[in-house]
Amino acid sequence: MPRLPTPPIPKVLQPKPKRPGQNGNGNEHGSGKVSPAEAAQEAGVTVVDWIDERTSLSGGLRWLMFRKVPHGNWFYTLGSATLFAFLSQTITGVFLAMYYRPDATGGAYESMRYIVDDAFLGQFVRGMHKWGASVMVILIFLHMGRTFFFGAYKYPREMTWIIGVVLLILTLAMSFTGYLLPFDDRAYWATIVGVNINGTAPFLGPYISDFLRAGPEFGATTLSRFYAIHMLLVPGLIIALISVHLYLVAKLGITAPPWTKPDEEPELDVAEV
Amino acid sequence: MADKHKKNLSKYTVDLNMPGAFEGETVTRRRFMNVTAQGLGGIAAAAFTLPALGFALGPVFSREPFEWQIIGRPDDFQPLVYSLRVIALVANVGEAGKSTAYIRKRDPAIDVEPEDEYNQIIALTSRCSHLGCPVEWVESASIFACPCHGGVYNFRGIRIDGPPVRPLNRFYTLIRNGYVYLGPMYSVNVEIKRFSNRDPGQPLDGIGQYLYPSRFSTATLPPTTNLPLPPAGIPAG
Repeated sequence: MPRLPTPPIPKVLQPKPKRPGQNGNGNEHGSGKVSPAEAAQEAGVTVVDWIDERTSLSGGLRWLMFRKVPHGNWFYTLGSATLFAFLSQTITGVFLAMYYRPDATGGAYESMRYIVDDAFLGQFVRGMHKWGASVMVILIFLHMGRTFFFGAYKYPREMTWIIGVVLLILTLAMSFTGYLLPFDDRAYWATIVGVNINGTAPFLGPYISDFLRAGPEFGATTLSRFYAIHMLLVPGLIIALISVHLYLVAKLGITAPPWTKPDEEPELDVAEV
Repeated sequence: MADKHKKNLSKYTVDLNMPGAFEGETVTRRRFMNVTAQGLGGIAAAAFTLPALGFALGPVFSREPFEWQIIGRPDDFQPLVYSLRVIALVANVGEAGKSTAYIRKRDPAIDVEPEDEYNQIIALTSRCSHLGCPVEWVESASIFACPCHGGVYNFRGIRIDGPPVRPLNRFYTLIRNGYVYLGPMYSVNVEIKRFSNRDPGQPLDGIGQYLYPSRFSTATLPPTTNLPLPPAGIPAG
């Protein structure tokens, strides 16, 4: 089986031979002095070499970053856009957790009021998290639509699609669990309704509701349970699955748009046939 | 030194041509160590996974005790007028643990379900049996109306319109010591037959009662012997 050539390093990043007169090029016409810029460059190269010698990361990075991709269009950025929405949710979420208190007796609402009204930039960070959640869901559906209409879910990329569907479900789980956290009237009643919708699944539904609520009624630990699912359980799963999703994207390459035609018919080598 | 087991090699492992394998050895020592190490690893993983899982799933299987609570005197309630009472469903969660109930006296002309000591006072939950929004009694139309998705119930709490799948839940009530006590919630089908407390959205008529089984966590009827005494200062009626 013919092997694909290793992905090349772009020209700008390839090491250039030094000009005559520069250090280390054999002809010692120069003064032999090392400028600070050269010293800094040398230090950087040393550090990178030190790490690479011990981890061999550069091969993997080259494999990931310098792939050949077909000529696409702006729709191909929707996946990265979703990824960036997720990163934004992660960062803002981590910092919101520094102020938030999952206390159902009133502390949760009070801490939200503090974040929005009193904390410096609190309203901004909370707004990014709140609106970013909607943006992420919208972007996921657009990304999914692009994949569907371009036929990019077909062989050999079925597993990427399946993992993407699981990621969609996990994102909706994030939306559901996050909706309760402000703990105002809307959050409370929307969660009651949402848990009861879960409960309408036959046979297992009643027990799923009990698991989500930590009991037969909305109780003292329901909020902390939702908080733990929202900030620890589901994000961990999402990060793991995004890694697999991205690995498959890099491994299998991305599809060309369906209207793309081959540049030239490759000439068959009779000897190979 | 000659291997004393050389003559009677195990027929199970003879094809591996191992030195020191003797008769009766059915598993190679390498395989035995391999299985043992992996088994120990599995046990170690289960040792923290299973308790953590049980810890998270525990509330599904644990039953919270429910105590009778006083909601007033029998004379506070009339047969054809609903009184609203705020009741405590869950302790220690502040406002989130409270709910409201619509309460009236039983009227044999309207309430045709069999009579016993638990339904002398009729107590309906305000929780819609569609998805759990709070219903409101509309006096002018004599209906319970749900603001979320338009569920409508009649005076007895039986659905007459909209998406709800069964009548409004009820509470056990008891008249003792001159006071009305309110007990745990139960669900009813369209004939006001009692079922253990189901969540909203789960029908109880026809196949529904089998599709949505009773849960382990619903409160059972507490004993009627150790009723809490009325607070001091309120004379017994």
